[in-house]
Amino acid sequence: MGRAGLLLRLAWRNLWRNARRTVILLLAVTLGVAAMVFAAAFSRGMVVAMVDDAIDHLPGHVQIHAPGYRDDPAAEHRFPYPQGRLRAVLDGPLVAAWAARVRVPVVVASEYDTAGVTLLGVEPRREAALAYLGRASVDGRPLADANDAGLLIGRRLAERLDTVRGRRVVITAQGADGALADRGFRVVGLFRSPWSSEEKGIALTGLATAQRLLRLPGEVNEVAVRAADPERLEALVAALRAAAPELEVADWRTLSPLTHAGQQLYSQFTWVWYLVVFLGMAFGLVNTLLMAVLERTREFGLFLALGMRPRWILGQVWFEALLVLVLGLAAGNGLALALARALGEVDVSAFAAGAELAGLAQRIPLIIHGGDLALANGLVLALGLAAALYPAWRAARLAPVRALRRN
Amino acid sequence: MDALVTLRAVTKTYRQGEVDVPALRGVDLDIAAGEFVCLSGPSGSGKTTLLNLIGGLDTPSGGHIQVAGRDLARLSPGERAELRLRHIGFVFQAYNLIPVLSAQENVELVMELQGVGAAERHARARAILAEVGLAGLEGRRPAALSGGQQQRVAVARAIVSAPDLVLADEPTANLDSENGRRLLEIMRRLNGERGVTFVISTHDPEVMAFARRLIRLHDGRIQADERRDGPP
Ligand SMILES: Nc1ncnc2c1ncn2[C@@H]1O[C@H](COP(=O)(O)OP(=O)(O)O)[C@@H](O)[C@H]1O
Ligand SMILES: [Mg+2]
Repeated sequence: MGRAGLLLRLAWRNLWRNARRTVILLLAVTLGVAAMVFAAAFSRGMVVAMVDDAIDHLPGHVQIHAPGYRDDPAAEHRFPYPQGRLRAVLDGPLVAAWAARVRVPVVVASEYDTAGVTLLGVEPRREAALAYLGRASVDGRPLADANDAGLLIGRRLAERLDTVRGRRVVITAQGADGALADRGFRVVGLFRSPWSSEEKGIALTGLATAQRLLRLPGEVNEVAVRAADPERLEALVAALRAAAPELEVADWRTLSPLTHAGQQLYSQFTWVWYLVVFLGMAFGLVNTLLMAVLERTREFGLFLALGMRPRWILGQVWFEALLVLVLGLAAGNGLALALARALGEVDVSAFAAGAELAGLAQRIPLIIHGGDLALANGLVLALGLAAALYPAWRAARLAPVRALRRN
Repeated sequence: MDALVTLRAVTKTYRQGEVDVPALRGVDLDIAAGEFVCLSGPSGSGKTTLLNLIGGLDTPSGGHIQVAGRDLARLSPGERAELRLRHIGFVFQAYNLIPVLSAQENVELVMELQGVGAAERHARARAILAEVGLAGLEGRRPAALSGGQQQRVAVARAIVSAPDLVLADEPTANLDSENGRRLLEIMRRLNGERGVTFVISTHDPEVMAFARRLIRLHDGRIQADERRDGPP
């Protein structure tokens, strides 16, 4: 400890011999680390926004279906409204919100035109807590409850059908028993969605109304679940599977593979960014240390003459790198955290032409994640110290006489 | 008496580009513990080379060197550093001190490397600095000390941990005669009172006058080796 203390003291003082150079180096490390942490926060925010968006638009984090439904989303692939053990898990601590739905393809016809859409029989109160459509702004009136017999359709579907609020449309569908069913609905409201596919392709009515139409009393096609902790989906999926072994339970990564791929892409971008920033930083660090070692060659010769072992000389230079890295990391993290806190989120709508298509959100929250922080800091520290070994080794390898002759 | 330093047929040839520069051409020498040896000779005669070889800062081209019973050729660079740390003090002509350390810290440096505890270090460093006439200047960095004061700090550092041997390469060359004499008197006193062995290179006649043993080098060979009794 005594010797480490000595080396640390020497390193600290040597650092401030050329204060200007050290400040520049510190600035580079600070900005580099800040750039890494900020990029990680942005990237994570992007992913979270993307996933949230995807989750919000109907799937939820986890969905439950009857076997066969995902290949053939027909009314006959149905299961009882959640009860017993399944209901216990859904109402338990792992779940933030859930909703049971009837969800089938139907044909909707106005006086002028017909369109194939997805009919959702919903419990409005539950949907509001779960998905965007449950909260979407409605021109007209929203659905009141599961017994509501009105129909809510997207604004663009209304345009397509050339119908307006208050008019009647007819919905034709295949019931659970295989027989065709149809029924007239009054269009009580038009909803808006940032996703045009929703505005064009979805019609909503009360759950009980849909069950009567399709002849599946007390049954549903889908339960969508929003997890209490999105980081721990596995536990939720396992609990649901255990509670309903006869049903199919899948999380969003299976249901929305594109979103999942996007998430991975962003994490790869972050790594490339880390690499670029780190290489710049390491280059500056190694160069500065080499310069410092060259300038102090005679001094190292003196240390050797006094009996300092080569590896303590190595330690001396290495401690200088350590100090720069620790100071730079502290400042860089501080800067990134302050910036992230001040900004809160980044509005990318100006750049996000086609964002909807790519499934991107327009306001990206900046999320500082403990794991990201630890990774960026650990990476810079470990690799920075590894890079500093080279100049330190150069100093330690000096032959004492040759170093002493240098004036 | 066993020799503290033994050189046998030591040669050193530097290579400068295509040319071989012989610096030592076969030196045999024994130095006993407690001696006060002056190494004289014109510039280029090989004084610095000889001191560096004895201190293990450089390796000979031929021959054998033993210091404190250890054959230097058998030691790794780390072990040679350890030998210097435990047994040898150095004083160079100039730039002897670590610029970022105060006088006191420079003196403590060697003890710190040896692992001496802080309290003992402080006490010994203060005492030795007082002994070389630098009481009150302990906290100054080298840049704030005169050339003579810096050399005294270097001598204090060289002897503070009671080494067997102090090698001083033209320690007074950059000092005026007043400061030079003062430094020599300090070294003589330490030699007399503590029995530290000194080997001092110089071409200054005033320094030679202090020596009990005067070795003259010429062209890399020992030309004369005289012992004198009881100089001033
Ligand atoms: N590193 C070196 N490379 C080449 N020649 C050297 C080197 N060091 C010393 N010499 C030569 O060796 C001889 C002895 O040098 P040195 O030991 O420094 O003598 P002194 O200290 O007595 O002046 C000189 O001729 C000098 O030029
Ligand atoms: Mg010389």
